[in-house]
Amino acid sequence: MTRKQRRLTMIGGALAVLAVAAALVLNAMRDSIVFFSTPSMAAEKQIPAGKRFRLGGLVQPGSLKRGDDLVVNFAVADGSTTLPVTYKGILPDLFREGQGVVAEGALDGSGTFRADTVLAKHDETYMPKDVADALKKQGHWKDDYGVKPVQGSKPVQGASK
Amino acid sequence: MIAEAGHYALVLALALALIQSVAPVIGARRGDVALMEMARSTALAQLLFVGASFCLLTALHVTSDFSVVNVFENSHSAKPLIYKITGVWGNHEGSMLLWVSILALFGALVAALGNNLPLTLRAHVLAVQAWVAGAFYLFILLTSNPFARIAQPPIEGRDLNPILQDIGLAVHPPMLYLGYVGFSISFSFAVAALLEGRIDAAWARWVRPWTLMAWIFLTLGIAMGSYWAYYELGWGGWWFWDPVENASLMPWLAGTALLHSALVMEKRNALKVWTILLSILTFSLSLLGTFLVRSGVLTSVHAFATDPARGVFILLILCVFIGGSLSLFALRAPQLKQGGLFAPISREGALVLNNLLLTVACAIVFFGTLYPLGLEVLTELKISVGAPFFNLTFGPLFAALLFAVPFGPLLAWKRGDLLAAAQRLMTAGVAALVATAVLWAWMRGGPTLAPLAIGLAVWVIAGALTDLAERTALFRIPLALSLRRARGLPRSAWGTVFAHAGLGVALIGVVCETTWNSEYIAAMKTDQVARVGGYELKLEGLTQRQGPNYRETLARFAVSLDGQALAAMTPSKRSFTTRGMSTTEAALLTRGASQLYVSLGDATADGGIAVRIYHKPLVLLIWWGPVLMAFGGMLSLSDRRLRVGAPKPARAAQRLQAAE
Repeated sequence: MTRKQRRLTMIGGALAVLAVAAALVLNAMRDSIVFFSTPSMAAEKQIPAGKRFRLGGLVQPGSLKRGDDLVVNFAVADGSTTLPVTYKGILPDLFREGQGVVAEGALDGSGTFRADTVLAKHDETYMPKDVADALKKQGHWKDDYGVKPVQGSKPVQGASK
Repeated sequence: MIAEAGHYALVLALALALIQSVAPVIGARRGDVALMEMARSTALAQLLFVGASFCLLTALHVTSDFSVVNVFENSHSAKPLIYKITGVWGNHEGSMLLWVSILALFGALVAALGNNLPLTLRAHVLAVQAWVAGAFYLFILLTSNPFARIAQPPIEGRDLNPILQDIGLAVHPPMLYLGYVGFSISFSFAVAALLEGRIDAAWARWVRPWTLMAWIFLTLGIAMGSYWAYYELGWGGWWFWDPVENASLMPWLAGTALLHSALVMEKRNALKVWTILLSILTFSLSLLGTFLVRSGVLTSVHAFATDPARGVFILLILCVFIGGSLSLFALRAPQLKQGGLFAPISREGALVLNNLLLTVACAIVFFGTLYPLGLEVLTELKISVGAPFFNLTFGPLFAALLFAVPFGPLLAWKRGDLLAAAQRLMTAGVAALVATAVLWAWMRGGPTLAPLAIGLAVWVIAGALTDLAERTALFRIPLALSLRRARGLPRSAWGTVFAHAGLGVALIGVVCETTWNSEYIAAMKTDQVARVGGYELKLEGLTQRQGPNYRETLARFAVSLDGQALAAMTPSKRSFTTRGMSTTEAALLTRGASQLYVSLGDATADGGIAVRIYHKPLVLLIWWGPVLMAFGGMLSLSDRRLRVGAPKPARAAQRLQAAE
């Protein structure tokens, strides 16, 4: 083989791998991307039952009810709308009423959000990004999530991992 | 006083870095030996001052001086001593100080050990190292000063985040940073080579050990972090495809590619330009990781915009260094001489394929991590790209890579014989097929992908062993002779075997954990028994205990297998008063490579407690694999060739010119 042929083989191989990778990415983008929604966005968009999405907001104070067999019911609120959520399992350590939460799952026929995961993050100062944004937009941002106010110091933001 | 001294030491380090970033370059231009030599002393002095600064911050934490903001926010007088020390880097400011300390350490190592480097190359390398260091000193001093004071000192601190109060914090971040920052060396060498406009095999011989060392630390750091998340977060997950994790995976993938391409360059003097580019990309990805984790952009794109000081500063550093080095590359790379020729099917060709697959896998992780951020900035649309995406994209590519791994070492340099290699791998192939078939028959009706993946893992391990058997001519000559040959093999050959086998071992762990994991989640009362994976766990009772800075509820489980008592497990739930947070301390029972995992949830109204029990078969292999890989790396690092291969100082300059 000449130098040119060799180079062409290399480039051809590289392009083939890249094409495969691009195909994989596009395919995965179609199926495995989950959109984020707050309760009011969910009501607005009328997300059909069974379609998976991430629900974010604040755990409505006083809404947490523990049933038998580790079933938990609570409501996620974003100021204007609340959405009832049901989850079976153990809630993460950082789960508390009045705190931000992100749950992944889908609506059932009765309009209840059936979550199969409730997200736990590495750090208490870590507010799930989507929740923080949505809450900020609606003026429900509580300073203590991401910011530790101390005299004379800059606010600290971000996970301390 | 201590805080001010620490601050001052950091300012002095900055001043030294500024001198070091200019003087040696001028010296190299003018051929002024004194100016070039200056870089050595400044690099060593830098380490001295940053080290002092770091020690002083540690002293502040140990003595609980709450008049310093950083200590007040992250420490508590009742905290155990070990966490007072590790708490130094358990926060933004301190971890950045650790970052620059390690950078200074590497700079000083080059200065101290680089006696046999050509003078101008060393001067340039140290100068580039100082550019990076200077930028980060400025970042710390201007936006995240760890020594800032509070006007009215409080009596007690706010305590360190309880999740971080764990021995994992003592090991994981320093390891990870040694890896991240270690790649700065190959970056500096690459930029120095571009500045000098020449590059040869001696260059690769220098870069490879440093890259290898950084890679070892990064491998161990990632594995350690994964194990930490596994036992600390209480739900037994070990990898979440979280952006913070991806940030460390990207440099690892690029670094692994670099390790292999540097090999081609060292042995065959080929792939020079590509190796330089990879060196730049690897460290750029380390910088990107630092940016992602440290700028707050992950918490919220908008938080980044509202408190821009830190984020924008790191972004600026990122742009200057990545943009600058890539422009320099574009400018100078065409002048570099083309290297040796090789056929597509050859050891070099295999390593090119390795590089191709690794960099594309890296690009996929990059895309999956940054796409949601980009989309949100542009369209306000929020999506989450998680495990399903990466399983569908990263998975197949890595499977292809693993399939190719055993072929590489069996192909000859320059022109290889694929058929001969395939014949030699026959045994490995048969072993893999048998493993797949047996599992298939055994797990009839189970998941179809798992037996195939295990077969792939067996293929990789057996392939690595085949390489060893070929090299020692095992079974073809008397065993004693084979053993003698094995002892005589270069350590780097052993290193390859261990590192490649480690990949297979980790894959077995991953597949077993995800496929045959059994779990039991329920509310349990005293004397109730749970059955998981053949084990019986009886809840014997709950007790309360007071720790140094927390209260904990302990649950005592008696574990038995087939009626025989094995051990007791005591998971606990700790609640930390200062921050009003609780953590779950999982209890682990190791049986071979498998583990029983028990963690507690909340107490139920009727006096029971929510319990999560997992049986995770062969889960430890997930981390033994990387440990094997790192061990292989260390063997390779201790190879004679890498220790004594570099030319002696006096003759170095002449030889290098001759080599050109």
